[in-house]
Amino acid sequence: METAAPISAAEAKAPLSPWQLFWQRLKRRRIAMAGGVILIFLYAVAIFGGFVAPYRYDRIDNNSFFHPPIWPRVQGFHLVVPRYEPGNGTFAYRLVLNDTKPLHFFVRGGKYELFGFIPTSVHLFGTGDDNYPVFLFGADQFGRDVFSRLLYGSQISLSIGVIGISISFVLGMIIGGISGYFAGLTDTLIMRLCELVMSIPALYLIISLRNTFPPGMSSAQIYAMIIVILSFIGWASMARVIRGMALSLREQQFILAARAAGATPIRVIVRHILPNTFSYVIVAATLSVPYYILGEVVLSFLGVGIQEPSASWGNMLTAAQNTDYLQHYPWLLAPGAAIFVTVLAFNFLGDGLRDAADTKSL
Amino acid sequence: MNLLEIKNLKMDFGKDADALRAVDGVSLTIGAGETVCLVGESGCGKTVTALSIARLVPTPPANYVGGEILLNGQDTLKMSSRELQQIRGGVVSYVFQDPGASLNPVFRIGNQIKESLKLHKPEKANDAEVIRLLKLVGIPAPESRIRNYPFEMSGGMQQRVMIAIALASEPKLLVADEPTTALDVTIQAQILDLLSELKQRLGMAILLITHNLGIVGDMADRVAVMYAGQIVELSPARELLRRPLHPYTRALMNSVPKLRGDADRLSAIPGNVPRIGNFPPGCRFAPRCPIAKPECSKKIPELLEVEPGRFVRCPFWK
Amino acid sequence: MEDDRGVAIFDPQSSIFVGKLSPRPVFFATFPKVVAMLQYIFKRLLHMIPLLLGVSLLTFLLMAMSPGNYFTSLQQNPQISPDTIARLKAQFHLDRPWYVQYVFWLKNVASGNFGYSMAYKISATSLIVARLWNTFLLSFFALLIAWGIAIPFGIWAAVKKDSWVDHACSFVAFVGLSVPDVLLSLLALWFAAASGWFPVGGAESPLHDFMSPSQQFWDRAHHLILPAVVLAASDLAGIMRRMRSCLLDTLRAEYVTAARARGLGEGWVVWKHALRNAINPLLTIFGYSLAALLSGAFIVENIMAWPGLGRLTMEAFFAKDSYLVVDCVVMATALLVIGNFIADILLAWSDPRIRLK
Repeated sequence: METAAPISAAEAKAPLSPWQLFWQRLKRRRIAMAGGVILIFLYAVAIFGGFVAPYRYDRIDNNSFFHPPIWPRVQGFHLVVPRYEPGNGTFAYRLVLNDTKPLHFFVRGGKYELFGFIPTSVHLFGTGDDNYPVFLFGADQFGRDVFSRLLYGSQISLSIGVIGISISFVLGMIIGGISGYFAGLTDTLIMRLCELVMSIPALYLIISLRNTFPPGMSSAQIYAMIIVILSFIGWASMARVIRGMALSLREQQFILAARAAGATPIRVIVRHILPNTFSYVIVAATLSVPYYILGEVVLSFLGVGIQEPSASWGNMLTAAQNTDYLQHYPWLLAPGAAIFVTVLAFNFLGDGLRDAADTKSL
Repeated sequence: MNLLEIKNLKMDFGKDADALRAVDGVSLTIGAGETVCLVGESGCGKTVTALSIARLVPTPPANYVGGEILLNGQDTLKMSSRELQQIRGGVVSYVFQDPGASLNPVFRIGNQIKESLKLHKPEKANDAEVIRLLKLVGIPAPESRIRNYPFEMSGGMQQRVMIAIALASEPKLLVADEPTTALDVTIQAQILDLLSELKQRLGMAILLITHNLGIVGDMADRVAVMYAGQIVELSPARELLRRPLHPYTRALMNSVPKLRGDADRLSAIPGNVPRIGNFPPGCRFAPRCPIAKPECSKKIPELLEVEPGRFVRCPFWK
Repeated sequence: MEDDRGVAIFDPQSSIFVGKLSPRPVFFATFPKVVAMLQYIFKRLLHMIPLLLGVSLLTFLLMAMSPGNYFTSLQQNPQISPDTIARLKAQFHLDRPWYVQYVFWLKNVASGNFGYSMAYKISATSLIVARLWNTFLLSFFALLIAWGIAIPFGIWAAVKKDSWVDHACSFVAFVGLSVPDVLLSLLALWFAAASGWFPVGGAESPLHDFMSPSQQFWDRAHHLILPAVVLAASDLAGIMRRMRSCLLDTLRAEYVTAARARGLGEGWVVWKHALRNAINPLLTIFGYSLAALLSGAFIVENIMAWPGLGRLTMEAFFAKDSYLVVDCVVMATALLVIGNFIADILLAWSDPRIRLK
């Protein structure tokens, strides 16, 4: 039998806040944390894209069309890069024995702008010699390093996902909150509009919207256009759910209390109703980012999004549509793998967030 | 031989290191035709104990680590699924708290009653018997009610239907888990009257779970009071209500608001019911007990028979 | 009061016989489900029509906002005869402001005239109908494959929760949900080219027209398999997870415990009580499933060269044929809305709470 004294009030732990509880539950889910770590890694690498990439996205190497991947090898205590020379057949390469160059870190290479505005030419790794290229994922049909283009592409694809989601979710929350709170005619009208937008299959709507924009636009304009288009698709479903939550929340006592204290409708919506929807919104946002990334990928893949020579994961995949290329040069599918890993990570994280927020589960 | 004998039942949720004991050494007997009330606050383990009689608690999270439940002499904890299926409904029937949730929303109530008949009394699985049962539980115009869906009936009606389903198989023991908590007070009275009447007519034993002492006074032959997974007092109903022995029972009786006499403050029991897994050492009620002494927190008191038929788990019951 | 020809109506307040009705009301009185269903269907139809009109207006407006003029691009296209241009101008009033154009477009579409395809130089109507049928075929078979696999496995995973079956299904579902359609389609094409077992895209072989009818049938089926599997893949994962979670939720419900308490065997409890309720949320997904397939078909069609509505939309886009783009979008929406409508009807049939609201 126990002989310890009963726990005094001082020794008893103070209750945790909802956010702390949430964080604790999230930490226990290894897979979700793994997803989160992967995403942090991906976004960090994307931010430092120009630095991590050994080459610029548009650097053409006329001697390396469809070059297979070149990986550094371990020689003693150093990493060295082998060299290839043209072999039999078109675009075939043969390893040259005993002809290597050491791999350096923080080398000087081609000029680029770090974070988009700091001019520099320092790269994370490289050989410093153009005769010994480092194509970690091989080269494409123009002799451009796939790995580098993947990194530059990640900057576009990953950022579009996050920005697009933010805009459409903020829009959706505001519109849904207003619709649910005011109910009545406002609600009916807004919901009809939502239903309208949601009735059109997403990709068809995207093409319709793309049609409204002129064909020849600058890269920056295309980027903004894609974000606008994707936001237009996404707000409707979010607005609907938030509206449902707002409709039930507005019957609660604390809303009545707020109104009795003189809060304006905007204040009630923003300060009281919307914060109660956060747990749902965060989960939904995390699980929706992949769709936004895929939206951009599809647009660019079909040729109506990001244009060459800019790199995006979508337009890099167009080369992979040619089954001859695919059979001989499978590294062209690298962007597909990158997309897959990103989507997987977002799904891991989103699932974990959802389980952590659902206090009825373990 | 008693109809039901629960002997030192111990049940955990979770396994090994994560195990949380929900039922800690509960013993209870019910004789044929007897009405026993199981009283306690939410979370004390009374529902789980009652569900265990027919082994209705899903055994991945739950774990029976000790004791036995003898229904007509056979241990239900060791029965095969075939045997369990026979006793469920056949020997013991259940009526649950929320009738709206206990009836399948997409089937008509007539069919749901017939289902119970088909399982245990197939020769009587016809509309005539269903109508007789509905009349028995006091539903007016039963012929037209047969085709109703549950959501087309009021709470009180739904509960009567639940009782009809439970009775269809002519059980020896009816376990009613807070059957009136979800209903209005006036309907509560009707349902309780119905249960009394049925008990007399059919000679059924009833295990009535409740947290309402008023119901105990109405219905019970004997009462068991549960606190934090243990039975703290067990005694004939009249004696318990006249002279409760355990400090917890006394506090419960005191906290019932009285309409007469001077009532300046409601007396509540200070503190909170300990959550499962967070039981204090020694007597579990000690932290909130008005007459607690230091030795109370050292060792869990035994359940002792202090007067004929009266058991208390407190050395200072006098 | 009844006579042998039906029910007479006696108005208690005015104490006169108001009239006699034919036997039909007796039928309705004894089959209230039919009445309720018809009322429900009517309500939904009434809802659908303004929706489609609204969508067509929105799409048309988007087209009208695009730079460049459909009419001028028609006139500048040397491959289209002046007669055709004059005919289109008369039918669609292409020289008037967009809202006038919209009205005439609507009138034409209602009578089945979708205009003219600049790229194919044939009437758009036959083109759209043919492509629509292809998209429908593809989506329908993908639906069968997806649901045919997902439901049984979802049930199995739920009933055997936490076993290896459950974990394997969850894993497959998770990966399936994460693989983008784009990647899967490309991989399928690669597989087809590398193994040679399947044709690489398209709906028919080049020699299709020279085949006998039975050969033609198998030729089409052969081409349909890979795109249908690719299309079904991502949907399958979602449905399986949903089935599993719905069934798990239902198994936790109190009426399931009550059913067990009555002595029902576990298998019967799952089949009769739990499944009937668990399937309801899935019926709603059924309609959305069709939506996802129609939208997803867009990608699969374009990558695997399946001549459906999605591919036509892109072809029209590149040919700067705005009217055809509008037609395609509206048709795709109509398909989606009708799919949802059917799902609503199914749900109302199975769940009495819905139709009696």
